[in-house]
Amino acid sequence: MTNLRKPAVRLFAAVAAVSLVAACAEDGDTASGGGADYPDQNITFVVPFSAGGPTDTVTRLIAEPMSEELGAQIVVQNVEGAGGTVGSGEVAGADPDGYTVLMHHIGMSTAPALYADLGFDPMADFEMIGLVTEVPMTIVARADFEPETLEDLIDHVSENADSVTLANAGIGAASHLCGLLFQDALGVSLQEVPYEGTGPALTDLVGGQVDFMCDQTTNTSGQISAGEVKAYAVTTPERVESLPELPTTAEAGLPELEVAVWHGLYVPAGTPDEVVQQLSDALVVALADQGVIDQLADLGTAPVPAEDATPEAHRAKLEEQIETWGEIIADAGVEQS
Amino acid sequence: MDLLDNLALGLETAFQFENLLYCLLGVVLGTAVGVLPGIGPTATIAMLLPITFSLEPVAALIMLAGIYYGAQYGGSTTAILINLPGESSAAVTAIDGHEMARQGRAGPALAAAALGSFVAGTVATVVLAVFAPPLARAALQFGPAEYFSLVVLGLIASIALARGSTLKALAMIALGVLLGTVGQDIYTGTPRFTFGARELYGGLDFVSVAVGVFGVAEILRNLENEKTRTAMVRRIANLWPSREDLRRIVAPVLRGTGLGSLLGVLPGGGHVLASFASYAVEKRVAREPERFGHGAIEGVAGPESANNAAAQTSFIPLLTLGLPAHPVMALMIGAFIVQGITPGPNVINEQPALFWGLIASMWIGNLLLVMLNLPLIGLWVRMLQIPYQWLFPAIVVFAAIGTFSLDLNAFDVYAVAVFGVLGYVLIKCGCEPAPLLLGFVLGPLLEEHLRRALIISRGDATVFLTRPISATLLALAVVALVVAVLPTIRRKREEVFVEDD
Repeated sequence: MTNLRKPAVRLFAAVAAVSLVAACAEDGDTASGGGADYPDQNITFVVPFSAGGPTDTVTRLIAEPMSEELGAQIVVQNVEGAGGTVGSGEVAGADPDGYTVLMHHIGMSTAPALYADLGFDPMADFEMIGLVTEVPMTIVARADFEPETLEDLIDHVSENADSVTLANAGIGAASHLCGLLFQDALGVSLQEVPYEGTGPALTDLVGGQVDFMCDQTTNTSGQISAGEVKAYAVTTPERVESLPELPTTAEAGLPELEVAVWHGLYVPAGTPDEVVQQLSDALVVALADQGVIDQLADLGTAPVPAEDATPEAHRAKLEEQIETWGEIIADAGVEQS
Repeated sequence: MDLLDNLALGLETAFQFENLLYCLLGVVLGTAVGVLPGIGPTATIAMLLPITFSLEPVAALIMLAGIYYGAQYGGSTTAILINLPGESSAAVTAIDGHEMARQGRAGPALAAAALGSFVAGTVATVVLAVFAPPLARAALQFGPAEYFSLVVLGLIASIALARGSTLKALAMIALGVLLGTVGQDIYTGTPRFTFGARELYGGLDFVSVAVGVFGVAEILRNLENEKTRTAMVRRIANLWPSREDLRRIVAPVLRGTGLGSLLGVLPGGGHVLASFASYAVEKRVAREPERFGHGAIEGVAGPESANNAAAQTSFIPLLTLGLPAHPVMALMIGAFIVQGITPGPNVINEQPALFWGLIASMWIGNLLLVMLNLPLIGLWVRMLQIPYQWLFPAIVVFAAIGTFSLDLNAFDVYAVAVFGVLGYVLIKCGCEPAPLLLGFVLGPLLEEHLRRALIISRGDATVFLTRPISATLLALAVVALVVAVLPTIRRKREEVFVEDD
């Protein structure tokens, strides 16, 4: 769990049976740091959430063009656990050589408020590379849930606060945060049902086991357009191109609820400036790639403007968000774990 | 008829040269991954995902699917030959499969596994083509309460995995469940039983536990016995199953296929239960249950079929609803998305060639697998004739590499050593590792679903009895428990069977 270069080695092991020799050779090489000839080996992108989830998907989408731009293979590795803090902690402690990169979302800014013993400091232990995308969220319910519109939902939830269930993909997940905002906006406290990831949560929502949840368009678009779940609103100021019928929260009567899941790339603090700049430049190129733009659009989102895909913009965003969420979470009375 | 048109479209797609090639590549890789302990299909697919970017969507998905069910095929080989199950499903195969290998019948065991898997794969492909949408709907009826009851039933039924004392089997299940609680609490992230070791935050690794209590413990047991030290098997009885063997495996294969096809559809742990459930059923219906654990070919054929059928039908929730049944399917969703296809209920209408092509490729893949695996049996079996003083260090090194490559973490290798010693001690005490392993696999599921069901019901425990499916499953569990723990009933039953013979 501590060494982050395993997928590279695993590939050797899977393709050829000479895994031990390969493992030793590979691992020995990777001790060298970044520098003028960066990158001269595989780069690992750590996703602190499960494979196939929304963050994983975004990462894999941009990894391809970034890998071309940098001229090095990028290996995506999933290090799950505790709302993304396990993977983040691992990257914080990795060698600051630019070969271990973290993709994290809004959860980076909420972790300090949610976890008493985080083990790392988001502002001090990382260099920011740049923002990637802001994914809108959707409020969705089981297909046979009574409320028809967002206003209905607000009334229904306010009246039945002790029987409605609100699913989320785990403590600290984007869906959990959006759920907190929703409860905060309505001034209610609902029964939350945590799952291990968006997949199982959505499964139980489609199956009617839980009432509603709020999750990213990356994962809910398919079920919404097929009518498997009922959608009430999208949580951004603008409607989403792939779901043109869906009103925004402001249009539907809940302007207080505005949230987008911003994603950013990080490397451990102490990574040489030139390496950070190289990664940031590659990110800008990747975000301008037509394939990436198209695929993100299919998922109901878009790349951030080029000026936001920079270390400065990213650092400012994180700082502001840590403060904002610290207050919301403290107000919501969420227990620290 | 629609179905025939669709299948024709699927076969046409799957038989395109490029798609055939990627299907073959997928199943070969899958077999390799299955044979090597420690390297699972999840890791392989996660790694290969970027490579599939440049492929056509159909080819990419056909290859990734091939890796997955190919791995289920290959997983049984090491379990049978050297008692090293690389995946939870293969742990069951090891019980009787390895016993057969020790008796010089590794060939028939491997052949039974391959043939059973092929039949299961074929039937499950048809199930997938014909019943996918209704089955997916039915599976959605399973909520947390139902899963909890299903897991309880599975745990109780797993007493059947033991050859000896029921009490000891129960103790082993309990120990397994306890080992499964190590790591971060799934709902709050609070570390449990980690003793400050960061390596334990993610829980104990299945491969470390399985390789330890099965593989290493087996080696220790072999080494204490001077006679078996020359070669594991001196005489190979026969390479192919006899007519008698074939007659014995027909019914288990069919039952296993049915059971696996049904359980595989359930998202959230159904597929894990398939091979265990099949073994339990075969032992219950067997005329001579005492043969189980001593090299019964039914105990290999049934679970292997169940496991392969479940691997296939676990694609149903993914393909019809866009919902993943387990981590490998979650990765497949990622594969859909990077190919610009939004996974969901619309895939079947918007991408018929892809949907039906993938299904047809599964049958072709199963055919390729059986053609690939049967000729290899002779080769595998000859491995057992290597003198044991050469073979066992090789197994230990092999297991250590496999476990290490899992996370490049020395801790996992130490864990193998610890569990190897524990497994040896357990063998000496007359306790068996299979129920322990099942408890370890199902324990976390048991907890997750119990707690979620109670969260949703707001602490009302009657929810397990008021929901009909859940209540039925619990009733079955009670019956299974009564049958298992009342030794008088059991003895009488065995007497009846003895008289019959």
